[in-house]
Amino acid sequence: MSRVPLRPLARILSARQKGEDHKAIENENIHQRMLAARGRQRQMAEGRLLIASICFAVAFSAVGVKMFALSSTEPREPRTASSASKIYAQRANIVDRNGRILATNLSTYSLYAQPHLMTDPENSAVELATIFPDLGVEDLLEDFTGKRKFLWIKKKISPEQKQRVHDIGDPGLLFGPREMRLYPNGKLAAHVLGGAGFGREDVHSAEVIGNAGVERTFDAFLRDPAQENAPLELAIDLSVQDTAERVLYGGMKLMNAKAASSVLMDVKTGEIISLVSLPDFDPNTRPNPKATLDAADNPLFNRAVQGVYELGSTFKLFTIAQALELGLMNKNTMIPTRGPLVWGKFKIRDFHDYGAKLSVTDVLVKSSNIGTAKIAIDIGVKRQKEFLDSLGLLTATPLEISEAAGGRPQLPPNWSELSAMTISYGHGIANSPVHLAAAYSSILNGGYKVEPTILKNPNPERGERVVSEQVSATMRDLLRQVVVRGTASFGEVAGYEVGGKTGTADKPNPQGGYYEDKVIATFASVFPASNPRYVLIVTLDEPSENSGAKPRRTAGWTAVPVAAEMIRRIAPLVGLRPVIEPGPGFGIVQAKGSSQ
Amino acid sequence: MTEMVYGTVHVRSGDPVLPRWWRTVDRWVLISVLLLFGIGILLGLAASPPLAEKNGFDDFYYVKRQAFFGLLSFSAILICSMMPPTMIRRWGVIGFVFAFAALALLPVFGTGFGKGAVRWYSLGFASVQPSEFLKPVFVVLMAWLISASHQISGPPGKLLSFMFTLTVCAILVTQPDFGQALLFLFSWGAMYFIGGASIVLLVVMASTVVFAGTIAYQSSDHFARRIDGFLNPEIDPRTQLGYAANAIQEGGLFGVGVGEGSVKWSLPDAHTDFIIAVAAEEYGLILVFLIIFLYMAITVRSLLRLMRERDMFARLAGTGMVCLFGLQAFINMGVAVRLLPAKGMTLPFVSYGGSSMVASGILVGCLLALTRTRPQGEYEDILQKDQHRHG
Repeated sequence: MSRVPLRPLARILSARQKGEDHKAIENENIHQRMLAARGRQRQMAEGRLLIASICFAVAFSAVGVKMFALSSTEPREPRTASSASKIYAQRANIVDRNGRILATNLSTYSLYAQPHLMTDPENSAVELATIFPDLGVEDLLEDFTGKRKFLWIKKKISPEQKQRVHDIGDPGLLFGPREMRLYPNGKLAAHVLGGAGFGREDVHSAEVIGNAGVERTFDAFLRDPAQENAPLELAIDLSVQDTAERVLYGGMKLMNAKAASSVLMDVKTGEIISLVSLPDFDPNTRPNPKATLDAADNPLFNRAVQGVYELGSTFKLFTIAQALELGLMNKNTMIPTRGPLVWGKFKIRDFHDYGAKLSVTDVLVKSSNIGTAKIAIDIGVKRQKEFLDSLGLLTATPLEISEAAGGRPQLPPNWSELSAMTISYGHGIANSPVHLAAAYSSILNGGYKVEPTILKNPNPERGERVVSEQVSATMRDLLRQVVVRGTASFGEVAGYEVGGKTGTADKPNPQGGYYEDKVIATFASVFPASNPRYVLIVTLDEPSENSGAKPRRTAGWTAVPVAAEMIRRIAPLVGLRPVIEPGPGFGIVQAKGSSQ
Repeated sequence: MTEMVYGTVHVRSGDPVLPRWWRTVDRWVLISVLLLFGIGILLGLAASPPLAEKNGFDDFYYVKRQAFFGLLSFSAILICSMMPPTMIRRWGVIGFVFAFAALALLPVFGTGFGKGAVRWYSLGFASVQPSEFLKPVFVVLMAWLISASHQISGPPGKLLSFMFTLTVCAILVTQPDFGQALLFLFSWGAMYFIGGASIVLLVVMASTVVFAGTIAYQSSDHFARRIDGFLNPEIDPRTQLGYAANAIQEGGLFGVGVGEGSVKWSLPDAHTDFIIAVAAEEYGLILVFLIIFLYMAITVRSLLRLMRERDMFARLAGTGMVCLFGLQAFINMGVAVRLLPAKGMTLPFVSYGGSSMVASGILVGCLLALTRTRPQGEYEDILQKDQHRHG
């Protein structure tokens, strides 16, 4: 294209010379320039349109390629929040000290319904109600025809029930596998084991979580997959536990007590061989706590661990042991016991009048409150407090049963000298039977502290010393004398050298003061006294022995015979051999017949 | 003789209208559009029943509506594509006045349908999205302004068109509707580019857009979340994008089968913004490739036809429309395969949506009118040149 001049001057000039109109020439020139510009525009636009179309072709191809790349990869399963944390259903077994099963798992099924999948809700409701009599036809039908798309019917069903539900043939009735916790021994050691229930659950599995006892304390351990189902070994001996429960139950009935508890502890290790609290329950069908019942009357209440009681004269052991340990007196020192002992406006009396004075030994053997209180004055408030604390009597026990933390001792708000005197014979301070067992073990085992434990603990570390070896031996001797010639004479079991101390404490009245006719009777015993192996605490709540003219409630008449019977049965089970007293014909005698 | 008695027989100056239309219109593009519409109905059959069920309509309620709007749209294509470019220009400018007023009055009379952004007028039986209808008329006005500026002693059209574009985009951004704003800006840029802008200027403009995007990213949470979602390589499978990607993967080459897909149950926008995911899942890569090919055919073929166009207005208007159409389709599909950050945009003719369907019909109708085979002034040029030579 030839270039069009801006103004065709040559032509305009020649036109002017000719006298023609030069405007036409200019217009024509403008038109030509416009055409030329348009041509250039068009050529440029052609190129740029080509670029644009290439761009679009590339862009769409890119989408296609990406689409191909994406569709030729494997889809990733969309993760949901629920599957992110897997439910571990496996829960470790719990076994006794000899490896016998206390708690295990059973594979079972849960039953649930998806009503929108059901073919015949009416028939299914009727059939289900016949299989599970506790379900109502109307309720089921209402659920099945309502808007819900999912509902649990039964959390645990037996194989027979599963088969019968299966036979209904409704596709909307479905089963989810479950691991359920099984306690094959029923009520045995119920308070130790506690119980377990379902936590988070879905259709495929459910979490079993412990909600009481060792099941709760060791919940994390039992559920830890890293433990590879190593069983939890308890110190409990199943045979001893069973015997203790039976004897205690019989004793409770015989002594007309409303409740009872017993603790058998290994003196040296603090292992609890048996722990009983009556009334009890079956952990397989753990009852719901009834709101109407007083907490202490609830079968779920663990009296041996949670129940804190004034344990009465059993505490005299601590006072006298401390007095001997401090060197304030020896077992033959005479203590004035003329009563009543007046302190301010309070008077301390004895059950009987024991005369002007008693030896320290007899203060314990005859159980003189006045004598013990006098000794406590010599010891003083501060030292008494320190000593009881060293025995673990002022804080909750470290026992691994989850309820133990609730067994917090009740202490006087202001520990005065009067408090020291009453505490010296076990009033004004409340402890659980496990506290008492651990403290007795600590004093009687040679004088070093033990902590109560429910776990099998074959190699215990020796605790710090609380009393000397000598004082420990003296105290065993004194306890033995209590049985031989004192308040616990019914506690004698031939061959097992039982020693022990009775305690009878009036029950506090919630309205204030104490009941006249309700006591907590306790017998804290050790056997064999010369070479101690076990401490046994037996506590009866509101016992009453009615064989005599009037009811007898002291521990010597109630708790002691029950404990004696328990020792008689248990001692052979734990492998103790009776010491046979030499009979009159013992030794080498001449055979009568041979001399003739 | 007869002529003298009865007057001359009326002879039309050209061919009859319809045959001439059929002969000159871009039939491939027309067929492609019809195919896309058919695919849209096919996918609507699969994708919309979950929504209909949710809203309590009968299963194919949305399919029926789409078919109805499809007919409207097809009529729009026919009518518009028969108009000569001058008529398109005239009606386009008039239409722009109305559409722009409708857009500007949205904050007063519009409704957000509880979705946050106010983009619709509710007419009872249907809702109208003015920004959709603004697209074709906006392109017409801009093309007219830019082409007029090339006339000797013409108006300052480029500056004016730029001002208009900024105004429209500003209104859209306040809705907020960044996606549509981007479309308008892009189509204006394309027209400006084809209209002869210098490359330097375009680079400056592109960087301005990037800068504006950065500002928007920092000031708008709505916008920032989507960009973050795109930049994060680990795709969260519980988001819309995650479901869409999963659906495409599930589909594979031949799809999981008609009606067997699951993505339509989990994605609330399965029948609009993520219709391509439904297509990929149920019919597989085959159908997706067909859809992509159809869009590519429409855009590239129209652009190539526009290369021959001598009339500047027709060329620019056609370019603007093709770019709007093509970019919208590209963004929609690009989002589903994560080439682009998440941006709600319909797939023209395939997605469900009355406004989008009819407006796309008008747009493509005008495009077809502009790409019709016309005498491109070659004879005129020759004649003029001859005249000049003789004169």
